[in-house]
Amino acid sequence: MEHERKNDTVTARITGELDHCSAQTIRRELDMMITEPGVRNLVLDLKDMTFMDSSGIGVILGRYRQLRDRGGSVAVKNMNPQVERVFTLSGMRQVIKTM
Amino acid sequence: MEIINQMELRFLSLPENEAFARVAVSAFAVQLNPTLDVLADIKTAVSEAVTNAIVHGYENETGMIAITSALLDDGMLEVSVSDTGKGIDDIARAMQPFFTTQPEKERSGMGFSVMQTFMDHVTVESAPGRGTTVRMKKRLQEK
Ligand SMILES: Nc1ncnc2c1ncn2[C@@H]1O[C@H](COP(=O)(O)OP(=O)(O)OP(=O)(O)O)[C@@H](O)[C@H]1O
Ligand SMILES: [Mg+2]
Repeated sequence: MEHERKNDTVTARITGELDHCSAQTIRRELDMMITEPGVRNLVLDLKDMTFMDSSGIGVILGRYRQLRDRGGSVAVKNMNPQVERVFTLSGMRQVIKTM
Repeated sequence: MEIINQMELRFLSLPENEAFARVAVSAFAVQLNPTLDVLADIKTAVSEAVTNAIVHGYENETGMIAITSALLDDGMLEVSVSDTGKGIDDIARAMQPFFTTQPEKERSGMGFSVMQTFMDHVTVESAPGRGTTVRMKKRLQEK
């Protein structure tokens, strides 16, 4: 997965579909990025993510909980309308910033 | 109401089939010229029902999932997703937002809420040890 680190923040670009089938790989890749020493914040660039269902909610909230426990945060940007509807419905807007 | 077209799909409960199943149902619905937003809603709801059959219905085994879908002459799509897996003992509780039996697998209990929000009508029939059928309806065309 394409990603970029700046100080204590990693920006990762998820491409394609985030469902139960792809969740395990995406989860593992994101966990590798956020467990690097010094990383506190994760930004998910979803410009090229074409689909997400509730399995994606689990992946995003799971990373959020890990980083929150270390005093960090998760933010998302560039959601397509389908992804945004699932995101809003799940109540994630309350804890995950959109930028 | 008359059925103007109908299809059935049967496939193994493998995660690789999630994308196939949701795309197949939305491709079937295209015939009535729904908007792209409506097609996205159908894809999302079907994905939820199929994923539930795989991760809950059959949990640690593999079984068959059946989807039937019909287009009605009043502009409605009907979709049902069935498994013959472990079933649900308390359906009302299962359908509550945030209720999940798999929190350790990072499930958030939002699948049924997504189905109910994205479709016009959702009903669940289930019997412990026998399996589960989720029936959903969505308007594709104004009357
Ligand atoms: N086909 C099924 N067979 C057996 N149990 C099911 C089935 N579908 C749903 N359930 C039960 O209903 C609960 C709620 O389902 P729902 O899809 O709302 O949430 P989830 O799958 O647990 O989490 P999420 O969909 O957010 O990943 C599940 O945790 C499970 O216990
Ligand atoms: Mg679910």
